[in-house]
Amino acid sequence: MEQGYFHSVTLNTIKCKGCTNCIKYCPTEAIRVRSGKAVIIKERCIDCGVCIRVCPYHAKKAITDSLTAIKDYEYKIALPAPSLYGQFGPSYSRERIVLALKQFGFDYVFEVARAAEIVTNASENYMINKDIKKPVISSACPAVVRFIQIRFPNLIDNLLKIESPMEVAAALSKQEVHEKYGIPYEKMGVFFISPCAAKVTSVKAPYENVKSNVDVVLSIKDIYLPLLDIMKKQGEIIKEPFSLSSAIGVAWAATGGESDAIKEGRRIAVHGIHNVNDILEQAIQGGLDNIDFIEALACPEGCLGGPLTVENPFIAKENLKNEIEKIKKDQAHRVSRTENVDEFVWKSKVEYRPIMKLDDDMMKALEKMQMIDAITEGLYDLDCGACGAPSCRALAEDIVRGIAKETDCIFKLREKVNSIANQLHQIE
Amino acid sequence: MSTIVRDYTIPANDFTIAGEASSSVRKILSQLGVSPDVVKRTSIAMYEAEINAVIHGNGGMAHVEIDKNKIYIRISDEGPGIADLNLAMQEGYSTAPDSIREMGFGAGMGLSNIKKNADVLDIETEINKGTIVNITVFFKRE
Ligand SMILES: Nc1ncnc2c1ncn2[C@@H]1O[C@H](COP(=O)(O)OP(=O)(O)OP(=O)(O)O)[C@@H](O)[C@H]1O
Ligand code: SF4
Ligand SMILES: [Mg+2]
Repeated sequence: MEQGYFHSVTLNTIKCKGCTNCIKYCPTEAIRVRSGKAVIIKERCIDCGVCIRVCPYHAKKAITDSLTAIKDYEYKIALPAPSLYGQFGPSYSRERIVLALKQFGFDYVFEVARAAEIVTNASENYMINKDIKKPVISSACPAVVRFIQIRFPNLIDNLLKIESPMEVAAALSKQEVHEKYGIPYEKMGVFFISPCAAKVTSVKAPYENVKSNVDVVLSIKDIYLPLLDIMKKQGEIIKEPFSLSSAIGVAWAATGGESDAIKEGRRIAVHGIHNVNDILEQAIQGGLDNIDFIEALACPEGCLGGPLTVENPFIAKENLKNEIEKIKKDQAHRVSRTENVDEFVWKSKVEYRPIMKLDDDMMKALEKMQMIDAITEGLYDLDCGACGAPSCRALAEDIVRGIAKETDCIFKLREKVNSIANQLHQIE
Repeated sequence: MSTIVRDYTIPANDFTIAGEASSSVRKILSQLGVSPDVVKRTSIAMYEAEINAVIHGNGGMAHVEIDKNKIYIRISDEGPGIADLNLAMQEGYSTAPDSIREMGFGAGMGLSNIKKNADVLDIETEINKGTIVNITVFFKRE
């Protein structure tokens, strides 16, 4: 199946003013301003959501499914991402949130945190294997996986080849519902409640080219108020084991959660896509051979900082910490270590996508590179962005790729206008 | 024939900038469509030579030429030179001071790593004059 470059991140052309904030921050130089509006180069976009965060006019949005999708399925399963728990203050425990999801209309709730813990177990098993390439790089953040696919082909083999907690939760929840209640699979709808656009894309256009087990992706932002309203009316709830996840899984929402859970080896937690870029640069030079595991998350403060969350990530972190403390006291169970983890190993390959390549023919690529060098030479090294490209060199590349012209540079335009004016002057 | 030329300055003892030249070359090679494993070999070989110039050679220059068949890299410095090249080439041999070792360098693996990853390696060195490391990597192996 060809992924067809579906992207969750899209542009609202009415709101876009054509400013240059987004083009400067995009880690893959995927945005240009053309005719006064931003344009996203689809092949390059990794759905990291940086542009959603930096756009002062809120013109970048993430396509998610609508809450009304709940009407489309007979048996509705909710998969709340652990970051959902960080969105509400101390009086809203996980029990209340899970109960609220049921009151909202879901028949079953399977916490992604539970699956995260299974992925932790699988990761520990995976890391024991002597033949794997170190440092192992977490594959839980789809934006990072896509980034590696287009920018760091040599690190593809370092990716943790285990399904993400979301996918594991989706598969297990269906199985569990089927076994417990005998519901046929085709009647189930699996709803992931997402902190980000990247997860939406990974469901709608999976990079492994395998169909996702998730049917619908809702954003935390959309479901936040309805849940809060429901919880306000809940009153005192009798303690039931609504929530089955333990501290390890819940902690995955914040940075360090995934890497701390793995007990062995030297592990680092990196967050923010530009920091991820730096660490991957270092890894590719062989400079991280003494590191065993890299947790790499595109968002600042990890999934708690996801572009579709509501609460400030630092407050969310405190909320989450509170929940985790409670779980520790409650001695919530940890999933058994004997759970069969092999079934969650990737069955297909993530492939290099050489979209930065100038030409399929090496000779032509060299010529193009020379043209880019020559054009860049004639530009002003200001990287001002007024041409709509993130840097002078990027403009030169665009010119050679045939999607821009030299006079898009306002200084080049001025040169040209001046020379025409001079010529006119001479004619007079 | 089309040749892409790049020149970089390698600053002495500045670890924050060290590696920028090889990283930049890596991006160029990817844009040219050179296969990822060749890019990797080039990048590792160049990085080690670059770091050696930073640590042992008081900084220097990197000169790069790319044509359709190969990349040629010359890393030159005007540092102390290498007294016994055969010894220096041996895995584990290093004169790096403890402070450098603290930073994770100085395992004595750099030169042998370059040898492993380059298709042609030629080192010219003279005591008190400096060192020139010439590296060639072919895009297609015959
Ligand atoms: N450019 C240079 N100028 C002077 N001496 C050098 C230079 N490059 C290498 N050497 C000498 O050769 C030795 C071995 O170099 P090599 O790169 O193999 O190891 P290293 O740099 O000491 O450690 P590592 O590369 O593993 O960090 C160095 O310790 C140094 O004495
Ligand atoms: S860090 Fe988390 S929230 Fe952000 S893009 Fe990655 S998976 Fe999504
Ligand atoms: Mg060295």
